[in-house]
Amino acid sequence: MSVLIDRNTQVICQGLTGSQGTFHTEQAIAYGTKMVGGVTPGKGGSTWTAGEASPDRAKGAELPVFDTVREAQGHARVDASVIYVPPAFAADSILEAIAAEVPLIVCITEGIPVLDMVKVRRALDGSASRLVGPNCPGVITPDECKIGIMPGHIHRDGHVGIVSRSGTLTYEAVHQTTMAGLGQSTCVGIGGDPVKGTDFIDVLELFLADDDTHSIIMIGEIGGSAEADAARFLASNKVKKPTVGFIAGVTAPPGRRMGHAGAIVSGGDDTAAAKIEAMKSAGIAVSPTPAAMGRTLLELLRK
Amino acid sequence: MNIHEYQAKQLLKEYGAPVADGAVVLPGDKPEAKAKELPGPLYVVKAQIHAGGRGKGHFKEASAGEKGGVRLAKSPAEAAEFARQMLGATLVTKQTGEAGKVVNRIYIEDGADIETELYLSALVDRGTGRVAFIASTEGGMNIEEVAEETPEKIITVDIDPATGFMPHHARSIAKGLGLAGPQAKDCAKLCATLYRAFIDKDMSMLEINPLIVMKNGALRVLDAKMGFDSNALMRHPDIVSLRDETEEDPFEVRAAEFDLSYVKLDGNIGCMVNGAGLAMSTMDIIKHYGAEPANFLDVGGGATKEKVTEAFKIITSDPAVKGILVNIFGGIMRCDVIAAGVIAAVKDVGLQVPLVVRLEGTNVAEGKKLLSESGLAITPADDLEDAAAKIVKAVQG
Repeated sequence: MSVLIDRNTQVICQGLTGSQGTFHTEQAIAYGTKMVGGVTPGKGGSTWTAGEASPDRAKGAELPVFDTVREAQGHARVDASVIYVPPAFAADSILEAIAAEVPLIVCITEGIPVLDMVKVRRALDGSASRLVGPNCPGVITPDECKIGIMPGHIHRDGHVGIVSRSGTLTYEAVHQTTMAGLGQSTCVGIGGDPVKGTDFIDVLELFLADDDTHSIIMIGEIGGSAEADAARFLASNKVKKPTVGFIAGVTAPPGRRMGHAGAIVSGGDDTAAAKIEAMKSAGIAVSPTPAAMGRTLLELLRK
Repeated sequence: MNIHEYQAKQLLKEYGAPVADGAVVLPGDKPEAKAKELPGPLYVVKAQIHAGGRGKGHFKEASAGEKGGVRLAKSPAEAAEFARQMLGATLVTKQTGEAGKVVNRIYIEDGADIETELYLSALVDRGTGRVAFIASTEGGMNIEEVAEETPEKIITVDIDPATGFMPHHARSIAKGLGLAGPQAKDCAKLCATLYRAFIDKDMSMLEINPLIVMKNGALRVLDAKMGFDSNALMRHPDIVSLRDETEEDPFEVRAAEFDLSYVKLDGNIGCMVNGAGLAMSTMDIIKHYGAEPANFLDVGGGATKEKVTEAFKIITSDPAVKGILVNIFGGIMRCDVIAAGVIAAVKDVGLQVPLVVRLEGTNVAEGKKLLSESGLAITPADDLEDAAAKIVKAVQG
């Protein structure tokens, strides 16, 4: 068991023939992800081949390329689509996948205009799709399926569910739980943008319902109220699982943009201090530093 | 990206919003001639900097006079005198910090007889994922203070992108501003205009504080702040042309040219990290060990040798930096490639301060080996805690 994806998940790649799409599809195939095709408008009917430089397990792999998502669905069952389309066109690609009712859409693209995402978010309402991202590392269920740009080899099959707004900080948590011998059930990078698809609460609901997820690490940042909302959600939920939290940006000065469009302190409930307080009062064990997430979880599990 | 008040007002005027006549004065211009183009008899002389609180601010130089950055003049001659005083002087406000900002542009505007001051803004609400209007009867005040002390005086109206701005949105906003009759109609027109401009130009924030009702009953945009979504600037060359780089930190401008995300801070430990979240938490852990970061610097996922070298140059050109911490979690990017980049950068730029490097991830053993065999004074670290402890110790002695 895991959440969102497993060994049977069939994936297409929108933007397959671009450099990012090609590189990460080779990595995904080498990891064991069931890639079934790609979409690049104008290149339909051609065949994509893994490059010479790709990992051994992916060498020689071929995928059919389609002009539209609908066409790809005519060729194979599509459970998920991963998007590596440049920012100016990415929202359109997400909307295409929503229109085609792809159940899971993972958008890696960084730098999508926020008003494009406002449209996407509206289109998701009442749709058959779930969007993870944009501006995120993706989703991985160790040893089964990798959708995104995370380095597969740092993961181990295990029972910690990880949900995070930041990319490399997620790798930090993965590495620490792997080193601690805990491993991960599924890791979900929800992305750093202000308007996005899946948020903390959505993933926490999945983790709480998943028998294979025994404990949770949630990693947030300054800006917005999603972490505080998630903490209150956990506090009021009947199902309890040991949870460790971490918030980046305690020292970030107010009002300065720090890389992610999402990470802006603008006073009130969205400061690191307010989020940490909300987590603590919800019974979440807050890791004092980004280096102590694995250790904090181990201590919590031993109690 | 932010623009000046006068630029924001020109933009709003093009969309048909009620904005006063005004003239911008640049160094070398003749301010009196500019003021004479306006109807009078009142002239408002406003320093143009990208920071709020100008009216209540003060100038560092005695020659700029004792008044703040917004001054009321009763003749073109007086307006010109104020403009001359403020141009080139340093204005300090609540938002500029101690250093203040040099005033390079002045805006002279036709004065208005104010009956009531209101507050109106639009932004993208991350909670609902929609554009929202925020309106309050408490104009001319700090809206955060209003939110804290009298939250019942603020209303929020979010706009469904599927319908766009509708008359019922306008009715709610007018109600929240306490407007009725013809003024409510004017308000409806204004809000529809603002929404159109917001969407057309990919704004991230539009604040009109205050929006005024004049003694003759008409509405007017008295001050305007505008921010644009930097991700959308690719489709707005007209907005990009309004950029005033003198308002931005020169290091940050240079970093942006190399696609590095850099923010200057007050401490003395320079940081180079991949990923915004990890970069922020690297700053946090430095503080946790009792020191202060000199900067936020995210080299991004695809850190090349060129990017690493440029990042080094930017960090080392800050005289406050007494030590450098490099923290890279190599994912797709291999650690040996990063290590080679760091070594090349150090050889190219030179190393005057302690350097601690923490590498983790793909090919970490090869990366560490390269660093230790480089013959350079690089202190390796095993993990983030080790790295933070080592650099803080090296800097503080």
